[in-house]
Amino acid sequence: MAPVELIARSGELVDDGRKDAALAIRGLSVSYGAKAAVFSVDATLPLGTMTAIVGPNGAGKSSLLKGALGVVPRLSGEVTVFGRPFKEARHRVAYVPQRASVDWDFPARVIDVVLMGLYRKIGWVRLAGRKHRETAMACLERVNMAEFAERQIGQLSGGQQQRVFLARALAQDADLYLLDEPLAGVDAATERAIIAVLQEVKAAGRTVVCVHHDLSTVAQYFDRVLLINLSKVAEGPVETTFTVENLQHTYGGRLATAHVEELALGRGA
Amino acid sequence: MTPFDHFLEALTLQGGYNSALVAIGAGLLGAAAGGAGTFIFLRRRALISDAVSHSTLPGVCLAFLAMVALGGDGRWLPGLLLGSALSSLVGLLMVEWIARRTRLSEDAAIGAVLSVFFGLGIVLLTVIQTLSTGRQAGLQTFLLGSTAGMLTSEAVTIAVAAALLAVLVFVLRRPLTLVAFDPDFAAATGVNVRHTDLAAMGLALLVTVIGLKVVGLILVVALLIIPAVTARFWTDQVSRMVLLAVLFGGAAGYLGAAVSATAAALPTGPIIVLTAFAGFLVSALFSPVRGVVSAALRRRRFQRQVHRRQGLLALVRGEPIYDGLTLQVLRRDGLIRRDGVATLEGRAAAAKAALDEARWSLVRSERADDPVLERYDGLTPLEDLLTADEIAEVDRRLPSPEGVA
Repeated sequence: MAPVELIARSGELVDDGRKDAALAIRGLSVSYGAKAAVFSVDATLPLGTMTAIVGPNGAGKSSLLKGALGVVPRLSGEVTVFGRPFKEARHRVAYVPQRASVDWDFPARVIDVVLMGLYRKIGWVRLAGRKHRETAMACLERVNMAEFAERQIGQLSGGQQQRVFLARALAQDADLYLLDEPLAGVDAATERAIIAVLQEVKAAGRTVVCVHHDLSTVAQYFDRVLLINLSKVAEGPVETTFTVENLQHTYGGRLATAHVEELALGRGA
Repeated sequence: MTPFDHFLEALTLQGGYNSALVAIGAGLLGAAAGGAGTFIFLRRRALISDAVSHSTLPGVCLAFLAMVALGGDGRWLPGLLLGSALSSLVGLLMVEWIARRTRLSEDAAIGAVLSVFFGLGIVLLTVIQTLSTGRQAGLQTFLLGSTAGMLTSEAVTIAVAAALLAVLVFVLRRPLTLVAFDPDFAAATGVNVRHTDLAAMGLALLVTVIGLKVVGLILVVALLIIPAVTARFWTDQVSRMVLLAVLFGGAAGYLGAAVSATAAALPTGPIIVLTAFAGFLVSALFSPVRGVVSAALRRRRFQRQVHRRQGLLALVRGEPIYDGLTLQVLRRDGLIRRDGVATLEGRAAAAKAALDEARWSLVRSERADDPVLERYDGLTPLEDLLTADEIAEVDRRLPSPEGVA
């Protein structure tokens, strides 16, 4: 659907599902220069679900998140969060950027990074109090990183850094969590820990969206999938959407048929 | 009087009203520059602030010409500073515009703007030298700074601006930190990254303008960056880094001004910058946190620990040791005799190392999810990480606890 409001005769907006959705994206396009990275994507992510955004390299998965969050300017499109325009509901959204997007030699300890998730609550001027520190420590506990609180962030392994980023998102205490490749380059133990935390978050009625690169675990970790390659290929529950046909459409000839079938059949494992 | 006496006098503010004023002014300037510069450095924007400071020169010259044309005193400082601020603002916006609207990268934009503005400034300065009005002598001191003839009002201006900068840095510290560390996250939480960057440059601009008289426009970037880099050697926290940079910058300004007061011909700006550099050099070499010397020592100690462990495990297996450093470490610790045979102590240590290896190997193969595995580094004994009960449990499960040499 194009970013056109559907208006019925009475003048009321036709409800296309965005009022009840945790995140509704309509006609979102993002470009770098004159080359589109995301082209007119619609997506409706229901409350309390856990969605994987899947697609080949350069398909615009990260750009979709960044466009939705206003991190990069959008060419077109509207984003609503819990039925409100994104800007009005920004405080209900937590974001985990790609780990490689920051300089880990930055002068910050683990606890300092988690406290960044509380800046909205603390405000610009006020000093961080004991209560804020306790909140940050509780978030570190949830990702098993409490004992690293005083470490310089550059001394952590990749998996530990990723968990610190997750703790910062938890500190934001949001209703919608958008994560960009949270499982990229992390060890198996970290992957399990992160998924466990995200499933807790979902069980608490919040909504989780992850850019995800590992097709073999999509069916195991997520209940919904959004397949994109520049534009949207398909979205919906894993059982009906994560199919051989849709994967072929998304990846073109890049995946061997046998491999795709294995993935699609292996779901629910 | 020797130069050293002059230095001591200036240092203790006994060297006359003017040199005391200069030392205090330079100290406050250095402190302000250190605080603002920390965020410029963390955001990797040192070159942009250099373009900003070089862009002041045409403004200074144009302001001079305008004031002379209006029949006033061309060297009236507030007018000159206003001119410098306006032209550096134009330079900053041009860099921003070029980088955002064209395909040129930011460093190309910086290079173009910096050299064009500075070139224009030098041309104007040369023209002004040929004029016979307006008491133009001394305008070129804006290039490298001068201690000669600082007025009380100028020192007060610096003090007020430094206080203003302190307040601004405190109020803006969180968005500045967030944008420097993780601009995408900052943008997602609603921080305007572009405005924050412009605000940081505004701080640099303010430092440049008040620093024109003291250090000069060519070297003011050094005062923004060197104290921040120096502070980075001593801490891993932004909040402490800001305070340390304020301290280092203030000390460099104060000491540098005192040194340059020892001889009339010494230019203040370069002396202050060299003083700051001396602090940087000492920090880079000797800081216990990130200094070169302590890093080399840590590496050496670690290397010896690795060799000791490898040597002990070789003893357990009865393998011959050829590595010179391994032999040296084992001998020094009294673990082997001169002929390479293990001493009693050596055999005990070797048995302990073998037991630890066996414990680790068991834990690593059977408890893949145990958080203790994150602490595995090949050296730390498992005993130090688990409770006595847990160790006993591990030992019970070892294939043969006596399976040690």
